[in-house]
Amino acid sequence: MKAEIITGAEIAIRSLQKENVKFVFGYPGGAVLNIYDAIFQQSSFKHVLVRHEQAAVHAADAYSRATGDVGVALVTSGPGATNAVTGIATAHMDSIPMVIISGQVPTHAIGQDAFQECDTVGITRPCVKHNFLVKDIKDIASTIKKAFYLAATGRPGPVLVDIPKDITAETAEFIYPENISLRSYNPVKHGHSGQINKALELLINAERPMVYSGGGVVLGNASEALTEFVKLLGLPITNTLMGLGGFPASHESFLGMLGMHGTYQANMAMQECDVLLAVGARFDDRVIGNPEHFLAKPKKIIHIDIDPASISKRVKIDIPIVGDVRLVLEDLISTFKTQKNKNSKTSDSEWLKAINQWKEKDCMSYEDDGTKIKPQKVIQKLHEITNGEAFITSDVGQHQMWAAQYYPFNKPRRWINSGGLGTMGVGLPYAMGCQLAFPDSQVACVTGEASIQMCIQELSTCKQFNLPVKIINLNNRYMGMVRQWQEFFYGNRYAESYMDALPDFVKLAESYGHVGMKIEKSSDIESALKEAFSPKLKERLVFLDFITDQTENVFPMVPSGKGLSEMILADGAEDL
Amino acid sequence: MRHIISLLMENESGALSRVSGLFSARGYNIESLSVAPTEDPSLSRMTIVTSGSDEIIEQIIKQLNKLIDVVKVLDLNDGRHIERELMLVKVKTSKQYRDEVQQLSNSFGGRIIDASENILIIEFTGASTELDNYLKSLNNSLVVEIIRTGASGIGRGDRVLKI
Repeated sequence: MKAEIITGAEIAIRSLQKENVKFVFGYPGGAVLNIYDAIFQQSSFKHVLVRHEQAAVHAADAYSRATGDVGVALVTSGPGATNAVTGIATAHMDSIPMVIISGQVPTHAIGQDAFQECDTVGITRPCVKHNFLVKDIKDIASTIKKAFYLAATGRPGPVLVDIPKDITAETAEFIYPENISLRSYNPVKHGHSGQINKALELLINAERPMVYSGGGVVLGNASEALTEFVKLLGLPITNTLMGLGGFPASHESFLGMLGMHGTYQANMAMQECDVLLAVGARFDDRVIGNPEHFLAKPKKIIHIDIDPASISKRVKIDIPIVGDVRLVLEDLISTFKTQKNKNSKTSDSEWLKAINQWKEKDCMSYEDDGTKIKPQKVIQKLHEITNGEAFITSDVGQHQMWAAQYYPFNKPRRWINSGGLGTMGVGLPYAMGCQLAFPDSQVACVTGEASIQMCIQELSTCKQFNLPVKIINLNNRYMGMVRQWQEFFYGNRYAESYMDALPDFVKLAESYGHVGMKIEKSSDIESALKEAFSPKLKERLVFLDFITDQTENVFPMVPSGKGLSEMILADGAEDL
Repeated sequence: MRHIISLLMENESGALSRVSGLFSARGYNIESLSVAPTEDPSLSRMTIVTSGSDEIIEQIIKQLNKLIDVVKVLDLNDGRHIERELMLVKVKTSKQYRDEVQQLSNSFGGRIIDASENILIIEFTGASTELDNYLKSLNNSLVVEIIRTGASGIGRGDRVLKI
């Protein structure tokens, strides 16, 4: 059968259809008009028109985080592409599989400083897994195939395909490759069996074992395997900010999140353990603090990761296992089941007693006299009212940490936030991506009055696409985390962190056609949340503006550059 | 420590900037970098001279391997290898120094490839340290211009970088 002759734009669209794309988040412009014309004439996927290209990439990113599928964004050349860069860098830092298609000026105009021209491939090179400039219509289909393959396999990440306008108007045969292989790219799958045996032996014979898992477990769909393995061996476990939900928070082995704002027990156990199993995590500065301090207490470290470059990057690893985290964990489980010695030393050990003593410190308690609204309490009530089942997106700052600390997740892909790049403004577009993926689920965006204003224009997108997101705005009139650092480390000099001239968020929400609520009393938290999540407002976006205690801080806190056990606690204790 | 890293990558536009961008983004040193197509026109071979602790070199090699276009990476310092660099030196020579310069150059294996009234151009190939030694021996005030290509390298015996 002869292949059909169609335009380059149609080839691009057909290629997306072949990849079973359900949503494309985008914004039209000159260089992508042919592609948009082809979108107009198809119905297999839905195009979501955002109000700023940054939000298109964030929403596609969240769609991927929530579903596990590759997210797709489409932007025009020049400013369309540069606006997308923050979103791409955000996805890159958190290893999110995405394909971004950008329009480019016609091939003959490239390099001539044409209208809306920029070197998109050059600008995005450091913040993508890979990128392509397609110069020939014959390469459009195979390049999109490669882009999806690269984005989703190995350590995932965003892949950008830059397509000049002229080749979207030309015509060619449409042949979509069935399979793809690249001689320069062969990600490993199974871990080395010798390493797996060594790791198991170390863990079984450990006196003070500890598990620390990260975003790789969520991305690698490995949380079931992780949970089974950890339960089999009875190991204590902590999750990174990106790994929350990778292990059920309600399980007794879970010590909470670790790191700069981790729990006392998780950080102490990380510091004091003798064998550490790290799974899909990367020992970054916000997680283990100062690496020298971290290693001051001798410990053997096992590290399972898909990316060889993550191994021994900040901390020397004793037993590296490179492979797909799910497959490696499954191999660990089956190897363990064949072992004679299944007595893990941990049950009833001194180690578990020590951990229980650390727990008794109750590091997450906070003072609440019932008058001013405590942000922690808002999150706890949110958890209660949504039965811990909601998709929670967050922006970046204090509210993000409180959401991570006070909304325990029992399932992966429910906690959607920017961990690596720490991008303020992601919360609302993230909520859009989740709500589109799961229209019948509850989606809450936990944010602050500073972050929310960075992508506030997306309230309009939410109206157009009827996205009933609940926005939990923890409004303390400060860039809270900046203020906290200024209080702790800059002698209370609050340079430019006060949020003056704030809008009336209730009226703002209403002007976009949504419901707004302002909550000023602690006693109104519960009723406001109940109303927002009530059947009456099920179809509506509700903007809940909580006027919170201005000087509340996030505890515990490991100051930057300090060791994990050098925490500042809420009661003022320091340098433990 | 100084390392010579050889790699094969897809001969595509932007390939060089992916490698140089990696080094600048992650703060790695580049002493020299040379690149040319190979006998297989779809591949380029690059030689990078860099320096760093064992941990840094390990990271450099891992990060290079992580680049999608990189097919194969070899740290030549892991085994016996030959290193060569090409250098052209332009020297100002009045009659009284001419013989001396020629003798010195000959003793370092240099070849005079151009001579005009007051100028000699001398060509050298050798390991980078040999070229350094020649320059140290030469009267600095006579040197007009120096151009070096940066090192290339190849493994000895059956150590081969090929796909």
